[in-house]
Parts: sequence; structure tokens; C-alpha cells
Amino acid sequence: MALTGVEIFKLLPKTNCKKCGFPTCLAFAMQLASRKVSLDACPDVSDAAKATLGEASAPPIRPITLGAGAKAVKLGEETVLFRHEKKFVNPCAFAIGIKDTDDAALQDKKIAECLTSEIERVGQKLKVDAIAIINESGDKGKFETLAKKVAEKAGDVPAIVCSSNTDAASAALAVFKDKKALLYGATMANVVEMAALAKANGAALGVTASNLDELADLTEKAKAAGIEDIVMDSGAKKAKDILEHNTMIRRAAIKKGNKSVGFPIINFMMRDDNMLETLMIGLGIAKYSSIVVLSSAEKWKNLVTFTLRQNIYTDPQVPMQVQQKIYEIGTPAPNSPLIVTTNFSLTYFIVAGEVENSKVSTWLAVMDCEGLSVLTAWAAGKFTAGKIAAFIKESGIEDKISNKELIIPGYVAILSGALEEKLDGWKITVGPREANAIPTYLKSRSA
Amino acid sequence: MAFTLPKETYTGKVYPVTIGSGDKTVTFGGENVLPFHSFEGTTPYRPLVAYEIMDVPPTEWPDKVKEPYAAVSDNPVKWAKYCETELKAKAIALRLYGTHPDNGDKSAADAVIVVKDVLAAINVPLIIIGSNHAEKDTDVLVKVSEAAKGHTCIIGKAQEANYKTIAASAMANGHMLIAMSELDINLSKQLNIMITQLGFTKEKIIIDPMCSALGYGLEYTYTVMERIRLAALTQNDTTMQQPMLGDVGMYVWKIKEVTASEETLPEWGALTERGIAWEAQTAASLMLSGAELLIMRHPEAVKAVESFIDELM
Ligand code: SF4
Repeated sequence: MALTGVEIFKLLPKTNCKKCGFPTCLAFAMQLASRKVSLDACPDVSDAAKATLGEASAPPIRPITLGAGAKAVKLGEETVLFRHEKKFVNPCAFAIGIKDTDDAALQDKKIAECLTSEIERVGQKLKVDAIAIINESGDKGKFETLAKKVAEKAGDVPAIVCSSNTDAASAALAVFKDKKALLYGATMANVVEMAALAKANGAALGVTASNLDELADLTEKAKAAGIEDIVMDSGAKKAKDILEHNTMIRRAAIKKGNKSVGFPIINFMMRDDNMLETLMIGLGIAKYSSIVVLSSAEKWKNLVTFTLRQNIYTDPQVPMQVQQKIYEIGTPAPNSPLIVTTNFSLTYFIVAGEVENSKVSTWLAVMDCEGLSVLTAWAAGKFTAGKIAAFIKESGIEDKISNKELIIPGYVAILSGALEEKLDGWKITVGPREANAIPTYLKSRSA
Repeated sequence: MAFTLPKETYTGKVYPVTIGSGDKTVTFGGENVLPFHSFEGTTPYRPLVAYEIMDVPPTEWPDKVKEPYAAVSDNPVKWAKYCETELKAKAIALRLYGTHPDNGDKSAADAVIVVKDVLAAINVPLIIIGSNHAEKDTDVLVKVSEAAKGHTCIIGKAQEANYKTIAASAMANGHMLIAMSELDINLSKQLNIMITQLGFTKEKIIIDPMCSALGYGLEYTYTVMERIRLAALTQNDTTMQQPMLGDVGMYVWKIKEVTASEETLPEWGALTERGIAWEAQTAASLMLSGAELLIMRHPEAVKAVESFIDELM
């Protein structure tokens, strides 16, 4: 459980020597409590205090890195239950599941789906993050063959080795030695051997229980066997149970400081019905999975799930902003309309969506107003005639259009006079107030 | 080691809302826990998914969602019947799109005829939605509200600009009312309070915090809904305990991701699945954050959402 500043202060040397860079021990304690500084900054703190503080200052959900190199992904480290409280930290990782009973062509197809999955959306690169190889056959040879194939074709993609058979697990895991793979499949029966395997290969350990009591037991056993990086499967399969278990685990870790479940969660979301599977992935994204395992990664499905993951993992405190520039909606020509608006992402998306809806190719000038909507930006003095005029001039749009006409949002009709003065030779037109009137407006103009 | 379940105790409850008449009534809402948290309270009713139909042919809908209705969408009565009998719709949402001044400007009298005909043709409950033109809706929704008296429908949407007349007629004719505000928990609360101050029963309101499509501001709707639910349940805020609406289809079926062809954007994959999944995923996420009533368009998207609810209940 996190300590308060005063509780931390009691453990510090209380000499106010300032070596930590703060005027007093108390000031330093306050910064520690809000996790803004590290305890290392105080050279005089006792070992006993270090142990207590180290334990208390560890994040409630342990951060774990899966994989090594450029494609490594971070998991865990979450601090809240609801996204309005604070940003969700490390986006849920997607792992495509490949079974050793899948025929070779299907295995190849899934590896390829993973490798070609990357797309860019609103400035972020999104992809399927990992490959989970599954020892469906129970056979060691088949599993090892699959491991080697995956390592050969997608060696830098983080691997999850799924087997409860220690022989098979040992053979396959060795293929990913020291690549920070995840060995998934530790149960009450084999946790000691599996922990030893994970340690020997520099892997994290995935435990799989049949209920929450057993899960807490298993992580304690894994910790006793010297494992720190643990990923948990509570045994929940149905959506109802996944929601219950994931919620209970997240609450226990964050609100109760229960360290026995303070680890990232893995959920297997495979369904025969691919649409349902897509929604299950959505459940994992919204409700606390750190890794979801999928049966396939078609492009349409990726686009949907990547987008949801991006939505849920944006910072709720910071208005989402889009880049200031002239966006081309459709294929605008020199005589196409030019509309100006602000860079609040919601404003941009709604306006761009309605312009697209109109099927009239348009130049959309999106101006940096620190992510404020039109009315707020105007009220805050960030969307003024002077600033809009400067933006339009600097944007270079004048060279691309034939008739200098600028359409401004109806809400700021008041700016049209001042804009006409500042933008010499331009015609300023007042557009609709609400975005949903844009299609009709654009269509009637072009008619 | 036993794991101590950190169960929450909630002090509030969402009002159950029952719509329809005769033996075909449907109830939604009524839970005293966060969405689908049946492990720490009661969730007596499933979220309700209503099929959207319109009073005019859906010429502006993308082909992929026009196709399932190609044989029936020239006539709202045929369309409604098809949803009920073939698609097993549990409720139907009739959008009076053609009454908008920009979309044909049909009169309130025309709307009344459509509403009466649809009501006569179906047994399942009806949700009647205006064209989202604040002034025109006042006229249209008041008249259709009278025409639908006795059927216990949902009428909407009342907004800050026009709630008074619409609420008064919904009240006089025994309907539920959708109260729509713009993506802000305080605006939503304020509108609910203003409506109840007119004498409208607070248990007959449905909150529409304003929807957004996946990728187009979904995170805002998601979080506003989540905060409304938390206020209702953990703070027992009686002004926020109404069920919520996700008017999903109309926001989803106009964006680029459901219309862009596979030729222009091959990296986005198959268009058919893309559109269906986009609608289903938007609806499913809003359900997880608090929506109990969803208005949707594509039959396959509805099917996916219903299977998801089956797994969650
Ligand atoms: S360095 Fe340590 S002892 Fe010195 S003021 Fe900072 S916290 Fe106190």
C-alpha cells in the first residue's frame, strides 16, 4: 500500500541536510509520496527504511517488459480503475495465438498477419505485439518445431510460450532464451519446475489458476521460487467471469495493495465467431487485460481493435489534439472550398467526418488552438482574426487555391469583419454553426 | 491463501424503464451495480438493442448497411415489419429523418401518419426520434407523441433548446423521454434537473450524453457515461440514475472507416467486416461503460452485440 508523505518522512534521517536537492526531509518525502523523485537521491537513508519504502513505493501492478529490442512491449504499471482518474499507462498487448496443431500454411499465415499488421493512426504506430505459441498437441517435438519456425520468421517479435508440459515448454522456451519471452502454463502441479525454466531462460512466468484463491497461491509460490516477473491467468474464460476476475484483481491491487495479485493479466479471447472475438478483445482493452491472445489478426479486425485500444489509452486530462495543417478531404482542386477550424481532436473528427459525408472535396485548415473547441478557443483568445489570418498566410494555401474564400465556423461569425481586414483580398464566408449542417451546406454551394 | 474479494457496496440504483404495450413490453436498466457487475449486486435486465429505421429511404447510408434492407427500406412499415419478423428485433427506433428542413421538410402531419402506420404494423416497442433540428422537432415530436398515446414509446430527443414542449407532450401522452446533452456530465445533469422541474417523472427519462463513433471521440462518450454511472451508484445521485442511450448507428455509418473502399485503403482490410465490427465495437464499448439502450443498424452487428451480452449476463 502506498505510504503518505508523513509516513515516509518518519523513515527518513530527518537531518535536513539538503543532499537530495530538497530543503527539508519532509519536502523530499512529499515528492516521494507522489512518485516524482526516487529514494536514491537521499544518500543517508537506512537499509531498513529502504526495504520498507522500496516495497511501498513499488507500483501496485508490477511493470513487466515482454520481449527484447525495438519490438519489446511494456505491461502493467497501472494505477487507477477508471480512465477519468488518470491515464491508463501501458496499452493492452495483442498476441496472435498459433497452435502446434494448426497446419503449416495456417501457421505461416498467422506469422505473416502479425508481421504486416502495423498501421499508423493519428500519429501513432499500432500493431499486433506478440506471438503466442500454443502446445495444443501436448507433443514436445511438434511444439519445438513451431517455436523454431516462429523464431526464424519473426525472431524479434516478443514470444509467449504456452504449455503446461515441462518437457515441451523447456524445448520451446530454449529457442527464445534471453529474449524476455513469457513462459505461460505454470499450475499448482508444476510451478516449481516452470519457475526454474523461466529463470534459466530469462523469461517471465505466466501462471494459470482455476479461481482467484488459487491464483494468489500460485503467484506466492512463483515468488518463493525466485520469480519476480509474473503474468496471471485467473482461469476465467467467459466474458462474465473475465470481467469479474479482472475487476477484482485490479481493485485488490490498486485499492487494497494486495501484492499477491499485483501483476499484469493475460486473457485468452479466442472464439469461433470472429465478430464476437473482436468484442472480447474490446472487453480486455476496457477491463484491465494486459495481454489478450487472439486467434487471428485480419486487417479489418486489427483496425477496429487498435483504434479502441488507442481511444481507451489516451490521456483523459489532455485534450487530444491533431496536428496543425491543411488537411485534404477527398481530392480538393484549386476551386474547392476552404474551411477553417481548431485542432481539438473531437472538433476535427466531427468536422472532417461531416465534410467526408458531403462528398464535396474540401481543404480543411486545422489551426493549433491547444486542443480547444471552436467556442472555447475563441473565448480564450486563441482563435482570433489575427491568429487565423497569420495561420492562413503561413500555411501556403494561397498558392493552391484559385478563389480566396475562407469559410469560418458559424459560432465565430463575429470574426468575419476583422478577418476581412486582416486577410487582404479574401472573401470571408460564415459557415454553419453545427457540424451536422456541413453536408447540406457544402452540397448546396457546389450545386 | 484466500483472496479477499474487494467487493464494492453501491448506494444507488439505475431506474428500470419499461416500454411498449400489451404482452410485448420490454424493460431495461434496473441494475444497482456497474455494467454487468452481477457478482456484487443485481442486473435484472439485459441492455436493449433497437433496430433503426427511417421515414424516408436511407439514401445517405453507405451501401454495406443499405444492402440488408434493400427490399424493404422504401417503406417504413415494411421496414419495421421486416425487423420484427425476420431480424427478431426486440424494439424499433424510427428516426423521422425526412422532417428535417434540409432533408425534405416533411410535415408533422406526414410524420404522424408514418408513426401510426408503423405502430399498427408491429408488436414490439417503438422509439420515435426526430430529425435533430431543434425547432422542427418541437412541432413534429409533439404531434407524434399524441398520435402514439397508449403505446408507451420513447420520444426524443429533448435538448436544452427545446425540452419544454417535447417533455410536456411526452408527459401528457405517457411516454419516456430522451434527454440529450453534449458530452459533459454537468450539462447532462442540468438538463435532467430542468426536465424534472417541469413535473416530468425522473424515472421516465433516458440520458443521451451524446454518442461518438469508435475512433471519433468514443473515449469522451465512454468516460462521460462511466462518470454518470459512478455518480448514480456510488454517490446515490438521484438526478443521474436514468438508463443511458447509445445512438450508435448514425454516428458510425458515415465515417471513413466504414465507407472507404478496399481498393483505396487495402491496409484496412475487408469493408464488409470492417463496418459491422466498427458498429458492434462502438456499441459494446458503450455498454461496458454504461449504456443500456442501443440504436443500431446492421443486423450482423446487432447479432454480435447480442452474443456478447449473452456471454456477459
Ligand atoms: S538527503 Fe536525505 S537526510 Fe538529507 S535532507 Fe534529503 S531526505 Fe533528508
